[in-house]
Amino acid sequence: MRNKNWDSRLVAISSVEKWVYPGIVFMVFIISWQAVAMSGIYTPYQFPSPLEVWRSTLELYEQGTVLKHIRVSMYRLLAGFLLALATGVPLGILLGWKTRLFSAFDPLIQIIRPISPIAWFPLAILWFKIGDPPAIFIIFMAAVFPILLSTIAAVRSVHSFYVKVAVNFGAGPGQMILNVVLPAAFPQIMVGVRIALGSAWIHMVAGEMLGVQSGLGFLVVDARNFLRTDWVISAMILIGILGLLLDAVMAWIQRRISGSFGNPAIKINN
Amino acid sequence: MIIARGIRKIYDDRRGKRFEALRETELEIARGEVLCLLGPSGCGKSTLLNILAGFENPTSGTVTVDGITVRGPDPRRILLFQEYGLFPWLSALGNVAYGLKIKGLPRQECREKAMDMLRMVGLDAFADNHPHELSGGMQQRVAIARALAVDPELIFMDEPFGALDSLTRLRMQDELEKIRLMRNQTMVFVSHDIAEAVYLSDRIAIMSPSPGQITMVIQVPLTRPRSRTSQSFTDIQDLIYSELKLSNRLYSEYTI
Repeated sequence: MRNKNWDSRLVAISSVEKWVYPGIVFMVFIISWQAVAMSGIYTPYQFPSPLEVWRSTLELYEQGTVLKHIRVSMYRLLAGFLLALATGVPLGILLGWKTRLFSAFDPLIQIIRPISPIAWFPLAILWFKIGDPPAIFIIFMAAVFPILLSTIAAVRSVHSFYVKVAVNFGAGPGQMILNVVLPAAFPQIMVGVRIALGSAWIHMVAGEMLGVQSGLGFLVVDARNFLRTDWVISAMILIGILGLLLDAVMAWIQRRISGSFGNPAIKINN
Repeated sequence: MIIARGIRKIYDDRRGKRFEALRETELEIARGEVLCLLGPSGCGKSTLLNILAGFENPTSGTVTVDGITVRGPDPRRILLFQEYGLFPWLSALGNVAYGLKIKGLPRQECREKAMDMLRMVGLDAFADNHPHELSGGMQQRVAIARALAVDPELIFMDEPFGALDSLTRLRMQDELEKIRLMRNQTMVFVSHDIAEAVYLSDRIAIMSPSPGQITMVIQVPLTRPRSRTSQSFTDIQDLIYSELKLSNRLYSEYTI
């Protein structure tokens, strides 16, 4: 331990340690996985070993359909997510800015919000038939609430000093929203947007397990139907890695934008 | 030119109890004058300033500027704060140009005028820096430049240098004095620093709390720029000190 060891959170991690520690954890994880697989508690069908999963992953990619599933999923994710952005941010600004509207709509929002996006599935099928639209709807439902609520909270917490200054210089309502409220709230809105993307990704997979014949969620269901547990795990790992990449892209965008807003008030970790 | 007549402000606190923040107050401020509202915390000086600037309505009484009743904030009367005044997402230049942009000036003109203002407060080299990259004193200079950019008739300042360390504070007072000499800017500021009040003001309205009221208005007849250590300067300081002690006999919190 270096200095500052009186607070374990402040311990500095060297660039070597940054790779060594996760490496050890991954190794222990895979060895434990192998050990359970070899213990005979489960059949290889119930609990395939890491080596089997590795082999079948290569096999899965050789089929060439994986890329198509990824593309379809990404399209649905983007469509649902952008729709959620286009609704959540403007609505959030309106409700965050107008206290009377907020008090009118907040109870309704709070009742709809805890409903799992997946519970909308039967209705989504009735309303949007089959194919992409119901899946996009579920992704939308998963993303819109984090965006809406974080935008409302962000707008409501914009320091009234800024508003006071803008009013003093004669800013009209439109100028107030565009030049003061939006930039002041932006860093906090971005935090919600990032959470929303994660939520959208998780529920996209769940949604694709139900009503469609393509996508990463379908890949999992399809593998199960073929009794290929190894492929199920391959697909799960793929979903995890792609989700990680998406979040990394989002974190990068968030850093870039927050930087250009020059707002040190919200520090972004990672 | 700014006349406050019979200003009273009564708040109802959370328990419904009435609190008299400001008792019948009369005040006149002439064009080109620098007036200080001086007093301990709770004497209603910020309340009075906010009423004069149009951000609060008095319970009774009126404020008029050149005969026209003040009904709300106006770009001709700019209020400066102790801190938080700058927009953190804009550069120093962007902040100074803000009021000009709202006025609807063409982009190029905004930039040029904002740059002139930054030059005046000695910060043209920091035009592209964001507020968090500037020191407290620099931030306050940017805020002053932003206010001056829109050529206001009046500048109100609520403890403008309260958040600064004492040395920076002295330098900022010199800076403000320089600007006042250059532009003959009418200013009303709130302070609880006696030396600051004597150094900057033409007149000082001394206020006392519970209920808030102006107890005395002192002329500062010293020529500018003033020497903080001259006998006449310290004499006026002493006079104010004794007035504050007298009027705040029950208010032991106040110290110099």
